[in-house]
Amino acid sequence: MAQTKLTVNGKAYTIDVDPEMPLLWAIRDVVGLKGTKFGCGMAQCGACTVHLNGSPIRSCSTPVSVVKGQKITTIEGIGTPDHLHAVQQAWIDEQVTQCGYCQSGQIMSAVALLKEKPKPTDEDIDLYMQGNICRCGTYQRVRKAIHRAADSIQEAKPAAAKKTASLDR
Amino acid sequence: MKTSNINRRNFLKTSGSAGALLALGFSIPAQSEDVVLHKIPQTTLGLEFSPYILIDDTGKITLLNPRPDMGQGTYQSLPALIAEELEVSLDQIHISQTNGQGKYGSQLSGGSSSVRTRWMPLRKAGAAVKEMLVQAAANKWQVPVSECYAQEAKVYHKPSGKSFTYAELVGDASQLPVPKDPKLKDPKDFKLLGKNIPKPDVPLKVTGQAQFGIDVDVPGMLYASIERCPAIHGNVASFDTTATMKVPGVKKVLKAERAMPHTTVETVAVLATNYWAAVQGRKKLKVKWAPVNEATLSTEKFSAQMHELAQKDGSDFEGNTGNFAKAYSEAAKKVQATYETPFAAHAAMEPVNATAWFKGDSVEIWAPVQGPDGTIGEVAQYLGLKPEQVKVNVTFLGGAFGRKAYLDFVKEAVFLSKQVNAPVKLIWTREDDMSQGPYRPAMLSVLEGGIDEKGNVTAFHHKIIAESIQKQVFKADLKGKADGWAEEGIGSKDSPLQIPNIRRSYHNASTDLPILWWRSVYASTNVFGHESFVDELAHAAGKDPLDLRLELLKDSPRFVKVLETAAEKSGYREKLPAGKARGLAIARSFSTICAHVFTVAKTADGVKIEKVVSVIDCGMTVNPDNIKAQTESNIIYGLTAAIKSPITFANGAVEQTNFHNYPVLRINETPVMEVHIIDNQEAPGGVGEPGLPPVAPALANALFNLTGKRQRKYPLELV
Repeated sequence: MAQTKLTVNGKAYTIDVDPEMPLLWAIRDVVGLKGTKFGCGMAQCGACTVHLNGSPIRSCSTPVSVVKGQKITTIEGIGTPDHLHAVQQAWIDEQVTQCGYCQSGQIMSAVALLKEKPKPTDEDIDLYMQGNICRCGTYQRVRKAIHRAADSIQEAKPAAAKKTASLDR
Repeated sequence: MKTSNINRRNFLKTSGSAGALLALGFSIPAQSEDVVLHKIPQTTLGLEFSPYILIDDTGKITLLNPRPDMGQGTYQSLPALIAEELEVSLDQIHISQTNGQGKYGSQLSGGSSSVRTRWMPLRKAGAAVKEMLVQAAANKWQVPVSECYAQEAKVYHKPSGKSFTYAELVGDASQLPVPKDPKLKDPKDFKLLGKNIPKPDVPLKVTGQAQFGIDVDVPGMLYASIERCPAIHGNVASFDTTATMKVPGVKKVLKAERAMPHTTVETVAVLATNYWAAVQGRKKLKVKWAPVNEATLSTEKFSAQMHELAQKDGSDFEGNTGNFAKAYSEAAKKVQATYETPFAAHAAMEPVNATAWFKGDSVEIWAPVQGPDGTIGEVAQYLGLKPEQVKVNVTFLGGAFGRKAYLDFVKEAVFLSKQVNAPVKLIWTREDDMSQGPYRPAMLSVLEGGIDEKGNVTAFHHKIIAESIQKQVFKADLKGKADGWAEEGIGSKDSPLQIPNIRRSYHNASTDLPILWWRSVYASTNVFGHESFVDELAHAAGKDPLDLRLELLKDSPRFVKVLETAAEKSGYREKLPAGKARGLAIARSFSTICAHVFTVAKTADGVKIEKVVSVIDCGMTVNPDNIKAQTESNIIYGLTAAIKSPITFANGAVEQTNFHNYPVLRINETPVMEVHIIDNQEAPGGVGEPGLPPVAPALANALFNLTGKRQRKYPLELV
């Protein structure tokens, strides 16, 4: 056990855990944020995707010792029901979710994709999002929602250039 | 529609700080779609046992969802049935999940049954309460009821424009008798049903707020991970906990058990203060398993056993017509083919998990289960408790596909909590999920068809060889007869082929491998052979496969309409460029008809599935957009089974353990999908499963048309 400092969604935490504990379990069981999900435990399904300094990582396979002191963002840090991120809004507009379990990971990957490629093609989406499994098969709607989010972010830019926060807060 | 058995009862009125409360509940006897209204005893009011509709005098309206939501949309669809007739909008209601108590009737999400069985009972419940509220308003105003109407949780007096909110009427309405025969709305007046209305759970699920079973926290709980015999049925010979106990956080290691319907096996459980520690401790366990007869668990041997049975004559299903044997022997052309489907895992994204707290004379459970009522019954029996001593809290389900109706995991959590006297949260690893079952049973379809000189199909026989879910899971004695459950998708009702001599028969093939229903159950396997073979017959008869189906189904107008619509929407009659081909299949299951037309293309990297055009006739609809979503879902789920790895058992263990060796379809493999819904006023059919059965045969038929090679065994190769 060791004291580890984590910054999750802008908030500092000091947790006392095995340094080898995957970030996923530290976030879920110790910090107490349950939006990030366990799906496979070996970076195969993407349900556990969070951002490390703005880039997507698989938290199930990332020990807390590797990320100590760095900036971690989870689904709870992207937006809330009252203040939705453009990607979350697009997900609602396209009614993407079914069971919803993989969707935190899908959205975290999509947010990162749009930061890298603000106007992705279907091929870009397929390439970037293929690490995220959905057993309900919402993939076609994921594609549509990413295009929709891309459009809405583009539209919002000139109107609220100053107000638009970076995609990954 | 029979409505006479709605009992007259008074509603309950409670006053005081909680305010007046109008409560209406009803119970639905098993196998009956009739509604029985009954008074909710005062003791059941409160947080724990809500009736179906609650309206309090602060204006809060709570509707109960009686079927757990696993992604199929019941969180919206069932409350919408009540809300439509109650005349409230969906943003005026709170939705709560039922807790398994008998008064809610069957609460099992399964068999694509939620909307089609609750369609009338829930609408009637809403209509009855609305009539009482309108009557209460009419009484207050001293005007005829005919001058009043309800809208958006208010009752209006048409001539004067006066209105009362439902909240203002609750007290008076609760004194009125329950209408015996509430008038239901004409479907043309529906405001919610049949409309694309956003689902209320989506905002929760895109922000990480929705609570799944795995998200449950109970103060003081221990986390558990369980070591299981790779051969599934092995018992514990001995185990060494020395290294495990040294893992920080590990509190206890104990011999435990997994109670499956057909057998109970021993396991070793590690309990810790966090899940990671439990898993680490489990990895350090040294367990010796008692010898297991691995031969009984070889999928290769099971396949050989099925093929051997295929040579023998089976037992007839009901509904056979003519004399198949005679007609077949006299046929000018005989066609025979055997199709094989393997075991398949459900692999829902949320691994099975349960949190249980045994408190001596009662137990409380928080879990993603498909049926809270069944959970109460099974757990009560397992622990020797009375049903009222078992409390179940159902969360959202992170997928289920049948798996979360098999309650081994709930009993494991209950067992552990009882042993350690503390709340326990058990989470299966993905490896547990894939390598321990239960699975969709492997099966064989043997098909024979006879064609006369004119090209008419005169004889047809589908013989199914499979293990019986009814037998293994529900301990039914088949008595050498055909398993009536096993003809889903191909029985005389689901497949009304107009062929003079039709036989459907069955052989039971025994296996100990744990089996269970898997999305669309037997229809998911039966229809592969059935619909592939119709194409084979068409080719043998020199007919187009669509034309042969239109001919064989000409007396079934709903099938014809689906086929014609599929042909039109997919451009089936139009020629494709070289290197592309189409394939078609149609099936009825769970009272819904669905057809898919696949378009496949040769590419440098093998065959690409370009597009799927689907047509579904599920009668009257609740949310068309959700029907499209469920059909898309069925295509993806069905494709995974058809083209990806089967579950195989060899050398004492299941060979697939996680998504790296049991791959599932990903976004880059997803074809363009287009779903069309037939608009009609037929009774609602199922939606969560019927899109799946025609997936594999439509693909197999397209692949044959592209390559000339008939594939009769999964996984279908895209080459």
